[in-house]
Amino acid sequence: MTPGSTPGVPGVVVVTGVSRFLGAHVAARLVADDRIDRVIGLDALDPAPELASLLDGVERVRADAEAVGSVVDDLGADAVVHLNLITAPDPHQGGRAAMKEQNVIGTMQLLAACQRAPRLRKLVVRSSTAAYGASFRDPAVFTEDTEPRAVPRGGFARDILDIEGYVRGFRRRRPDVVATVLRFAPFIGSRANTTLTRYFAQPVVPTVLGRDPRLQFVHVDDALEILYRSVVSDHPGTYNVAGPGVLALSQAIRRAGRIAVPVVEPGLSGAAGIARALGFGRYGLDQVDLFVHGRVVDTTRLTREYGFTPRSTAAAFDDFVQGHRDPAPLGPERLHRAEQAILDGIRRTRAAVRERVGQRGGRIDG
Amino acid sequence: MAEEPAGAEANVHRVDPVGRPARPGPREPAVADEPGDVWDRRVAAGLAFLRRRLSGRYEIDEFGFDPELTEQVFQPLLRVLYRDWFRTEVTGAEHLPVEGSGLVVGNHSGTVALDALVLAAVLHDVHPTHRYLRLLGADLVFRMPFVSELVRKTGGTMACNPDAERLLGRGELVGVFPEGFKGVGKLYSERYKLQRFGRGGFVSAALRTGAPIIPVAIVGAEETYPMLANITPLARLLKLPYFPVTPTFPWLGPLGVVPLPSKWLIEFCPPIPTAHLVDSADDPLVVFNLADQVRETIQQKLHELLERRPDPFGP
Repeated sequence: MTPGSTPGVPGVVVVTGVSRFLGAHVAARLVADDRIDRVIGLDALDPAPELASLLDGVERVRADAEAVGSVVDDLGADAVVHLNLITAPDPHQGGRAAMKEQNVIGTMQLLAACQRAPRLRKLVVRSSTAAYGASFRDPAVFTEDTEPRAVPRGGFARDILDIEGYVRGFRRRRPDVVATVLRFAPFIGSRANTTLTRYFAQPVVPTVLGRDPRLQFVHVDDALEILYRSVVSDHPGTYNVAGPGVLALSQAIRRAGRIAVPVVEPGLSGAAGIARALGFGRYGLDQVDLFVHGRVVDTTRLTREYGFTPRSTAAAFDDFVQGHRDPAPLGPERLHRAEQAILDGIRRTRAAVRERVGQRGGRIDG
Repeated sequence: MAEEPAGAEANVHRVDPVGRPARPGPREPAVADEPGDVWDRRVAAGLAFLRRRLSGRYEIDEFGFDPELTEQVFQPLLRVLYRDWFRTEVTGAEHLPVEGSGLVVGNHSGTVALDALVLAAVLHDVHPTHRYLRLLGADLVFRMPFVSELVRKTGGTMACNPDAERLLGRGELVGVFPEGFKGVGKLYSERYKLQRFGRGGFVSAALRTGAPIIPVAIVGAEETYPMLANITPLARLLKLPYFPVTPTFPWLGPLGVVPLPSKWLIEFCPPIPTAHLVDSADDPLVVFNLADQVRETIQQKLHELLERRPDPFGP
């Protein structure tokens, strides 16, 4: 620890993946904390222009997976926050091969470097609830102790299992380092831009026929808060990070005012493969598995240890819907107007019928 | 059966206050509705229900249970089935816990697991506070598209200890059929003979959470789809636990899906407390003994009920 710094708060923090949304925001949040002396952003790529302003106080080091080795120790890092994960293959940046290289090899190199850094006291690793895999024999709700029952089909989920395996090894070899693994539910919110948010922004949304998975999201602002707290205080262990509560996929699509188009599952898997081969769309087996099995986690441990409850899945999703105020095909206003129109129509018809019956009754009387 | 009309009546009443939507809009209805016009209220309630469903403004729990859909759509359908088609008579409703957790353990039969759905619907209607029975189903149920979602939406989940204990821990009433497919898929000649109870996982779930076990005997489901034969090769080909041949299936095609109108009797037995055995959840002796006790209770009750019902298709 740097002399003079607050106990528990690391003096020098290395954040990987600052070229992207999560990394840039976490780095900015840490810079804003006066107790932290240096925040170093590690990334092989330049940040997107809209994120550049966030990184003003961040010392940026350009380093790819292999160069990372020397950096962590040379910089005298007290804490490393590993956020540089790719969740879906990007055909413009090397596709699945580059994704795996980054996720698995990148993490391996980083952890090897961390293991050699004597000053290191803290490691925070971004993981995902995809770590639980997807099987029909799964319990409805995963706690942190649930083991995956089957090796998942999706590339990202397999990467996550590998990454968590490396962290387990690291924990064994460096028991003196506080290691926090955060299994995040898919991010959502008005600012988030992920495969899933793009999916829900389409007017017509493909789903799996006969399946209505239970989904959970975490608001991206809450994810940042949890990451920040993981750095400035000690929370060793593995935590599920998700908004409490559940939305069914059909329910989420309706809340977003979109139209669901059910597709047979093999068709969807095939379509995802073809779309990837042709170079458009970033949907893969990870998404198909999620849309067949759904994924719900228990967040009791997070709430207890962090003293913080993320906003609920429904609230986080509603914030996302609010942020995308483009005209939805089945928005709540349209539904409300339709309901009112039908109700008025029925009332008018009934009134007319009543009147006519009344007149006829009158004639008979007369 | 005395309780049902009252239950159905209460149900109708419960729908109305919810269904009356609060309209913030400035638009006045084109025609002033007559105060107390029941049809106008029904139409408005129906439309409000549709709008809520279409805009996703309803709650489901972490298991996927959708109380609104269950109450408004599935419960009325099942009510017709168990009341008018099966003429179900229920006794022992006073043995159901008014509040807090409870594990309802029943005998399973009838080729199609109709008894589980009927039990859940009956329990909801006869229970003084109309609680829902959260059913535990085999993993095969959750492999099947549509069926899996139907089961989840009506409150069911995978029959595994984490789910059972989680539900009981939340203070829910959980329904389980320990015979599983051995019970549903047995031949008609084996009717009302309880099959093996497996490893007694249901008992350890009850013990760990201290939930009382309420045995329930169901008579009538065996005759709904009397399974005369089981075509094993076909079952193996279709990866099913059995392929049934009944008097109507597969001969009559889709008509074979209609259950025979047998007479049903359901009796809830006095609860078996487990709170004093919480520490013995891992003791196989205690678990097996308790499982045997539950099994014996149900088997005896089945014999009693069968004596009360000499004609399976009687009134």
